[in-house]
Amino acid sequence: MTTQTRLVEVRQNVLKQNDVLARALRERFQKAGVFVVSMVSSPGAGKTALLEKTLTLLRGKYRVAALVGDLATENDAARLARSGAPVKQIITGTVCHLEAAMVESAMAGLNVDELDFLFIENVGNLVCPASYDLGEELRLVLMSVTEGEDKPLKYPTIFNSADVAVITKMDLAAAVEFDQAAARKNIEAVRPGMRIVHVSSKTGAGMDEYLGLFQPRKHL
Amino acid sequence: MSIVEFAEEEAERRGSPRVTAVYLRLGAFSGVVKDALVTSFEIACADTKLEGSKLIVEEVPLVVYCSKCAERRAVSSDHWFKCPECGTDMPEILQGKELEVTALELDE
Repeated sequence: MTTQTRLVEVRQNVLKQNDVLARALRERFQKAGVFVVSMVSSPGAGKTALLEKTLTLLRGKYRVAALVGDLATENDAARLARSGAPVKQIITGTVCHLEAAMVESAMAGLNVDELDFLFIENVGNLVCPASYDLGEELRLVLMSVTEGEDKPLKYPTIFNSADVAVITKMDLAAAVEFDQAAARKNIEAVRPGMRIVHVSSKTGAGMDEYLGLFQPRKHL
Repeated sequence: MSIVEFAEEEAERRGSPRVTAVYLRLGAFSGVVKDALVTSFEIACADTKLEGSKLIVEEVPLVVYCSKCAERRAVSSDHWFKCPECGTDMPEILQGKELEVTALELDE
């Protein structure tokens, strides 16, 4: 007996489920009047340090909260909780990125209607997070001066998926002979016209311009 | 939904016992690395209707729009977003983010 094989045409966007959920989240955030910011970077680029500083600085004036993704441990949530803001850890297990569904379930304990800003720290990874919309308003891609100016050329997709590039650890720039012009050129090559801000979470340099990226939706 | 889950459901719905191939369009800016996908696909197929199936990947180049030339331009890694004709920056992506299953080969 021979087996007959047939070819059937289908059309299925593999990430459709995530995209649909992310769109619903975005609408919900807009309705709630909360400005949602996500952060992506390689491991060790300084997401948690910058987020801790961000939460501490904004908390005086605004209602802020954060969700933080990691494969394992609650270390980052514990660190961020020092800012005094509500923080929830998302443990992804074996998954190397956050997905919209994880954001949705982590939001369960947060009252987004009573927030001005929600920050989402993705798992440290410059590959997979590029493909997953989380419903955020603004996506920041962080790149530290110690990583080398060619990071954008090595990971063009994630830089292209983000709205603003944040160069971190500027206090180390001179020590590692960071070439700011080369970094700008490489970022421009993968996302023409991308806004770039430079910060040091340690010294606080550049924080004013950086905080200016976040626009509260509710009138105070 | 994962590629394997989707293909299994389609096979089920069409009364097929086995999927022998999955055709996929993969954009240069999809965020997915082809070799990694092919390897993980094999692993994900174990103990499913897709066991031993082939993943046939059609790579879709990045195509952006040059507003100065008013033309679509297919580009590659050296100059992703610069028009090869006039050198203008071209931020608008028309094609290249695809990650979609376009066809399945099913046993009757």
